[in-house]
Amino acid sequence: MEVMPKWADVVLVPLISLVLAMIISALVILGIGEDPWAALKLMVQGALGSPYGWGYTLYYATNFIFTGLAVSVAFHAAMFNIGGEGQATLGGLGVALVCLALPWPHWALALPAATLGAALFGAAWAAIPAYLAAKRGSHIVITTIMFNFIGAAVLNYMLVNVLRPPSSMDPASAKFPDGTALPSFHDMFSPIIAFPKSVPANISFLIALVACLVVWLLIWRTRFGFELRAFGKSESAAVYAGISPTKIIMGSMLISGALAGMMAINTVQGEAGRLVLNSVEGAGFIGIAVALMGRSHPAGVLIAAILFGFLYQGGAELALWMSIPRELVVVIQGLVILFTGALDNMVRMPIERVFLWRRRSRQAAGE
Amino acid sequence: MKDLADNSAGAAGAAPGSPPAIELRGISKAFGPVQANKDISLSVAKGAIHGIIGENGAGKSTLMSILYGFYKADRGEILINGQPTEIPDSQAAIAAGIGMVFQHFKLVENFTVLENVVLGAEEGALLATTMSNARKHLTEIAEEYEMNVDPDAVIEEIGVGQQQRVEILKSLYRNAEILILDEPTGVLTPAEADHLFRILRGLRDEGKTIILITHKLREIMDVTDTVSVMRRGEMTATVKTAETSPEELAELMVGRKVLLRVDKKPAQPGATIVKVENLRVVDEDKVERLKGVSFEVRAGEILGIAGVAGNGQSELLNVLGGITAATGSIQINGNEIDLTGKHSDGRSRRERSIAHVPEDRQRAGLIMDFTAWENIVFGYQWDPAYSSGWLMDNAGIRAETEGKMERFDVRPPHPQLAAKNFSGGNQQKIVLAREIERNPDLLLVGQPTRGVDIGAIEFIHQRIIELRDAGKAILLVSVELDEIMGLSDRIAVMFDGRIMGERLPAETNEGELGLLMAGVTNGENS
Amino acid sequence: MDFSTLIQILDSTLRLATPLLLACLAGLFSERSGIFDIGLEAKMLIAAFFSAAFAYSTGSVWLGLLAGIAASMVFAAIHGLASITFRGNQLISGVALNFLASGMTVLIAQNWFQQGGRTPSLIGGARFEGIELPFAIGPNEAAETGRPLSELLSEAGPLQLLYSELISGHSILVYVALAAVPATWWILYRTRFGLRLRAVGENPAAVDTAGVSVIGLRYAAVVIAGLLCGIAGAYLATGLQAGFVKDMTAGRGYIALAALIFAKWRPWYALGACLLFGALQALALRTDVAEAIFPFKMPVQLLDSLPYILTVVILAGFVGKAIPPRAGGQPYVKER
Repeated sequence: MEVMPKWADVVLVPLISLVLAMIISALVILGIGEDPWAALKLMVQGALGSPYGWGYTLYYATNFIFTGLAVSVAFHAAMFNIGGEGQATLGGLGVALVCLALPWPHWALALPAATLGAALFGAAWAAIPAYLAAKRGSHIVITTIMFNFIGAAVLNYMLVNVLRPPSSMDPASAKFPDGTALPSFHDMFSPIIAFPKSVPANISFLIALVACLVVWLLIWRTRFGFELRAFGKSESAAVYAGISPTKIIMGSMLISGALAGMMAINTVQGEAGRLVLNSVEGAGFIGIAVALMGRSHPAGVLIAAILFGFLYQGGAELALWMSIPRELVVVIQGLVILFTGALDNMVRMPIERVFLWRRRSRQAAGE
Repeated sequence: MKDLADNSAGAAGAAPGSPPAIELRGISKAFGPVQANKDISLSVAKGAIHGIIGENGAGKSTLMSILYGFYKADRGEILINGQPTEIPDSQAAIAAGIGMVFQHFKLVENFTVLENVVLGAEEGALLATTMSNARKHLTEIAEEYEMNVDPDAVIEEIGVGQQQRVEILKSLYRNAEILILDEPTGVLTPAEADHLFRILRGLRDEGKTIILITHKLREIMDVTDTVSVMRRGEMTATVKTAETSPEELAELMVGRKVLLRVDKKPAQPGATIVKVENLRVVDEDKVERLKGVSFEVRAGEILGIAGVAGNGQSELLNVLGGITAATGSIQINGNEIDLTGKHSDGRSRRERSIAHVPEDRQRAGLIMDFTAWENIVFGYQWDPAYSSGWLMDNAGIRAETEGKMERFDVRPPHPQLAAKNFSGGNQQKIVLAREIERNPDLLLVGQPTRGVDIGAIEFIHQRIIELRDAGKAILLVSVELDEIMGLSDRIAVMFDGRIMGERLPAETNEGELGLLMAGVTNGENS
Repeated sequence: MDFSTLIQILDSTLRLATPLLLACLAGLFSERSGIFDIGLEAKMLIAAFFSAAFAYSTGSVWLGLLAGIAASMVFAAIHGLASITFRGNQLISGVALNFLASGMTVLIAQNWFQQGGRTPSLIGGARFEGIELPFAIGPNEAAETGRPLSELLSEAGPLQLLYSELISGHSILVYVALAAVPATWWILYRTRFGLRLRAVGENPAAVDTAGVSVIGLRYAAVVIAGLLCGIAGAYLATGLQAGFVKDMTAGRGYIALAALIFAKWRPWYALGACLLFGALQALALRTDVAEAIFPFKMPVQLLDSLPYILTVVILAGFVGKAIPPRAGGQPYVKER
């Protein structure tokens, strides 16, 4: 018998975990001598109070949707892909190579090509750890961590030795051709909502929404998704049923890597218009927090990604207007992962006890 | 051995007036909504072998785990030698002189025998003296009770019988006066089991008290002085073994009269469905698990494979089911099937009309977190019948599931319920519904009634026989000799990766099969 | 490459290997008990900050060391709480702690010192100084004889040079790290605690039924890991460098983890692996030497990522098989 109803598992537990993380964050803010309530108000105002704020919040959220989906897909196959950072880094390289390869006439042509490039490079970077996990039994967590570092070194090498224009001292690629510039929220919504020209949110956000839908269909409606979930729940049962572990490990990790890589169309093509060092800025890791909070469901991932987008933009506002460093966001992120991921049982066990007690007393009343 | 059995009567009734070695008063324990033990009282005399018998899930193991400090009872009292004793953890149990041999051994696989024996009972903070003293002490105990083991052997390199001895030695090394054994013979051959029972009688004669938990009536009758019966978390009776019968115990276990025999018409074997020749399997550790197995199963017959667990039956099922690669040959309806290559997996076998009810439904047959309707297509999800276009036809599958659940009497009949929320018997019915309703030419069945309540056992046996009567071939693997004898039309006995011989149920008996299971063939070759 | 360059490289190898070695042994204790620890980085980082901060404020590097160890232990306790008491996912707990350390250190540093997330530079007694071993040529001897140090060194023979430059002159924590290797071996294989520790990482049920507390053993291991990471972090900020800077561990926790796998969870192998990875880091700092050694042009990025690449190769099983403790990563739940 299930001890808890489903809603408690899906909504109540993550919500309480989030509240706990927020309470501790508030204590941290108090500890450095600032007012948490004022900080929260500033964050809400700065991130959600204007089209400007939303333009940034949704820009960050776009990244987190992609990386959150990436972690989620792997989670469903019981693979912990901690390599989203490296895969997104390589995705950026893919976008840059595509964008610089041709004098693209229009973004509508450049976007699909760059998306493909991002996905392919991201998937390729996940492919080696996946292959080693499937064929040699290597621990996917450790190999993907290692590939994050190797990926950073690859990007560094490519920027310094290959992509850097000879005249530049900056480890960055040349500017992409104008034809690759993606429509920003300013361009897309100008008559209806007045997003300022400077906001980085762009059409990639819509692609991220489509990705949510596609991932949902993939996981819960296709045969591959069925097999992937079955493998994730029980490898021995999957083998009994004739589901190939290699196919699932490779498939889930390639999809995961591709999704992480696709983040780069938002940052590299949409925002920067060129490839720089560290364009991922930890978004690959935030994907872990987003997937944990969102319970690996695309709808949950979407909500959690927007929440983290809010934290990022709000955190930037804090750094600007109060003397609270941006690293506060990193702390909150750590707390969210700690409470929703590692300390899940701490929240769950008391709640289960409450439900058990309620059922007992109801049964006693019924008898 | 007879004289030993005669001694037992005296030992069991030992020393009038002295307090019982163990006394339990009103023990209750619940796991979440499940009441595993209900108000259990029990008293075991010093120097007796006391049996506790009951079906799987009757609460035997829970009760003993409470006695060993693994779980804390919600209510109740434990008295050891008349003294009320709190047993909050295993440490306290050991201090109270209780030792336990678990069904799944608790040994560190890459440690030596000596290290395992010493672990937790070291003399001081440094190992050097502990080890040399322990070596001497261990040798003494081993000699006293005739349990020879090499102290320096590494656990993963010795057999299960030896490992079990290490477990017993562990308890004796800790000066246990009360020894609890949980289903100790499941992994042993009849000969090894007999040896174990000799050891137990020897321990009893030294004044130790022994509790034997089992679901095998024969063992109870063979070795115990007194026996308690458990059913659904309750203790239903405690009797002297000499004053009861297997029939009475079975009735007490189940709560009603039990048909220990399966009703079936004689088989009408038809054409050969499956022909297996010289099947060999070498596992990851380069150990040969199947050493040239050959047999046939014809349409309309049940071939039962008897044997002690771990003699290659699981590997045989897994090869036929496409899970394990092998060499040799398997023909289905005259067509050779792939044993190593691309078409050697569960799906290819299913496409060849081989259905498989695996031995372990929780680890293989079902995804416990999946709903009943997801499980009802599990393994057949590729079938176009379950899809419409790119996507799976979930509504259609749910509707079909309702029908299957009804026909196989799965309770509760809710397709949306997760598999883990069904009882063992109903889980097994879900697996059977899935596999049997595919109407396969060959049905592989492993341990069909393990952990299944008696009511469901009869139902499951009937369904298997119905499939046979519909002209299908069935390969049955079970470690329950009664089940093999009751269901099979022919019996093959496996030992050490080989088939030791084939018998007809009408022309053999448990004694003969037991010898074959132990590898004794009387010069017969196969 | 001449002899003195070689000694210089080896010397910086030893310095750079020290934090790796301490963290690697920390991981060894933790993982041998069955608790995966990818939060080595976090513990080192938080210890680096608190040791630098306290050393700066009090002027005593020893108080700094204690503060660093204490901070690292707090993180170890959180990891223990999540992965032992609440049976959470050990990997996720480690990831969370890494973020927490990365953010908290900057947050507090900015709050205390207002120097952009770093501590002020440490001088004098707030840093661990090199120790001059007996008979070694060093600043002390130079002062005694009244001659410049370089002159004394140029006169010394190769063995004397090796002793004076490579063996002598390190801070105390380097020697502590080296001594920790045989100590770890001895604890693991010669003591009751070590026997139980190895057992609990292989089969906690065996330990539990033998009447020994699984939780107690695992907490002990996690706390030892906290202690060693604390020393490692303190060495980074008060020995190797003079103060804390943002994210100064720079992935060393992960390299230590890599070394642990490379060493197959054994103490002496850990020393070898850490020295190897330390040498790679030392070479990456001396590109001139690296160029001289390798017949082709070795990109510095390749040198940087070699530890990771080597670890992947090991994990792939191409060079022997790395089998982690069997119960590693799984919370212990009592079962019949």
